[in-house]
Amino acid sequence: MNKEKNIKTLTVKKPLKLDCGKTIKDFPIAYETYGSLNSKKDNAILVFHALTGDQFVTGINPVTNKEGWWSYAVGPDKAIDTNKYFVICSNVIGGCMGSYGPSHKDPDQKIFGTNFPVITINDMVNAQYNLLDHFGIDKLFSITGGSMGGMQVLQFISNFPDKSKTVIPIATTSSHSAQNIAFNELGRQAITADSNWRDGNYASNDTNPGKGLAVARMAAHITYLSKKGLQEKFGRKLQEREDLKFGFDADFQIESYLRYQGSVFVDRFDANSYLYITRAMDYFDLAKQFKGNLSEAFINTKAKFFIISFTSDWLYPTQENKDIVIALNSIGADVGFVEIVSDKGHDSFLLDVPDFLSALKNFLDKSYEEN
Amino acid sequence: MKNEFQVIADLIEKDKKVLDVGCADGTLMKFLKDNKNINIRGLEISKEKVQECIAKGLTVIEGNAEKDLKQFPDKSFDYVILSQTLQAFLNPELVLDELLRVGKKAIVTIPNFGYWKVRFHLLFKGTMPITKTLPDEWYNTPNLHMCTIKDFFHFVKSKDIKIFKSLALNNLNKSTINQSNLGVKNLFADLGIFLIEK
Repeated sequence: MNKEKNIKTLTVKKPLKLDCGKTIKDFPIAYETYGSLNSKKDNAILVFHALTGDQFVTGINPVTNKEGWWSYAVGPDKAIDTNKYFVICSNVIGGCMGSYGPSHKDPDQKIFGTNFPVITINDMVNAQYNLLDHFGIDKLFSITGGSMGGMQVLQFISNFPDKSKTVIPIATTSSHSAQNIAFNELGRQAITADSNWRDGNYASNDTNPGKGLAVARMAAHITYLSKKGLQEKFGRKLQEREDLKFGFDADFQIESYLRYQGSVFVDRFDANSYLYITRAMDYFDLAKQFKGNLSEAFINTKAKFFIISFTSDWLYPTQENKDIVIALNSIGADVGFVEIVSDKGHDSFLLDVPDFLSALKNFLDKSYEEN
Repeated sequence: MKNEFQVIADLIEKDKKVLDVGCADGTLMKFLKDNKNINIRGLEISKEKVQECIAKGLTVIEGNAEKDLKQFPDKSFDYVILSQTLQAFLNPELVLDELLRVGKKAIVTIPNFGYWKVRFHLLFKGTMPITKTLPDEWYNTPNLHMCTIKDFFHFVKSKDIKIFKSLALNNLNKSTINQSNLGVKNLFADLGIFLIEK
């Protein structure tokens, strides 16, 4: 694969002071756009990706040759209609699809590895804010994203209260819970326990902690689904065999499925990026940034919020999404909320869930008409 | 749009901030938004109805009035509307208190169990009344605490709630309820509409 050829990048010249205290400058942000910006420049939607996403929201991802991660929601005539809206998405810093991250080289031409500064959700959105200047957009029509994308949505509107008309956080939280942190730590431990990880210097040692990264992905993947969804899809079905084999091969279809998910993930994702991005999620606590009062995060914005959760999402459950609604209502903000019925778990926002997609479309289109 | 909604809309001045509790498919909200430039919000328990509201471009929160009104600050709306739903709550008194806390004023409408057709139904048929405003059977009705206009009138007075306007509605006929005609209105009105404040 020729990664560089297919990736558009913006080099941010301006120094960016990170939460960890370090400052970065002249760093790349890899981005992609869909649709076209109108002459009034009032139809732009900034989409933020989740943990393992990238800038290739829809269509065929030119690097992986697979469908973009939000193809169900974004595209011509879809919920986020690219005939109408100009969609921008960029790879988060710390990521591995072209934006500044641990697989990049430091000023001494050494691959960063774990010497890359620890980044936060706040750093990610501050870096992405440069895209508005790049496109000459004064105010976005909307910002949206699910999961970690939703966290970036919340942080963005808090940092830049008058830079978006509408705000759509999906299946997310304003503060990573102990359970969320626990699952992320499990993934990180799987990676660092792989002897090929070599304290993060696998690239210069020409090794790859693929096994550790695959296990991290397998564990995380379970958290994206629901018990009911898994049971209905796999149950106790056996994998290409008539009976149990009394061994440790993948007897069950669910085992085989998870192994497959782990193995394809390793081909497209960088282990150190996984460490950095999960860390950024764990550090996310928007209320803490405002002395424990989440409402204060949104006090300066007049944006119209629409928050969406899913019934079977136990990773970022409805209550955590509702906490954001409550914080907004307590300051009289313009906020709508709906919980979508789905047995597809946290992953619902990425999948073909018609009630979700129609709510998203209706909210966007009606809000745009009122422009 | 039903006559009840027209009467409610007439009670609200232009450019106000209004919360419609149990807003259903948003018909009244849309009318208030389009015709009176109302800054309107809705609270609705049914997911299907919430979707219908979103399709109309209305700001609605999926939620339960008994649990979710508490998130709104005191007097954060000029008016809070509750149309024909008070009797369906487990604790109507608590909901009424919440409406009057959140809203500077509240507009509450109640299907009148004292309406003559309701009385006749029970008296002569001996079965639970079914009318236009009370369309369900006893076993599937959402209504838990039916009351009459007279009951509600006395109830709000006993709670020191100020009644600005109390209207009796019978089909298209609207009339004012007061202490002296309460008995008559309680017999001939299908619906009571109250504009109250605490």
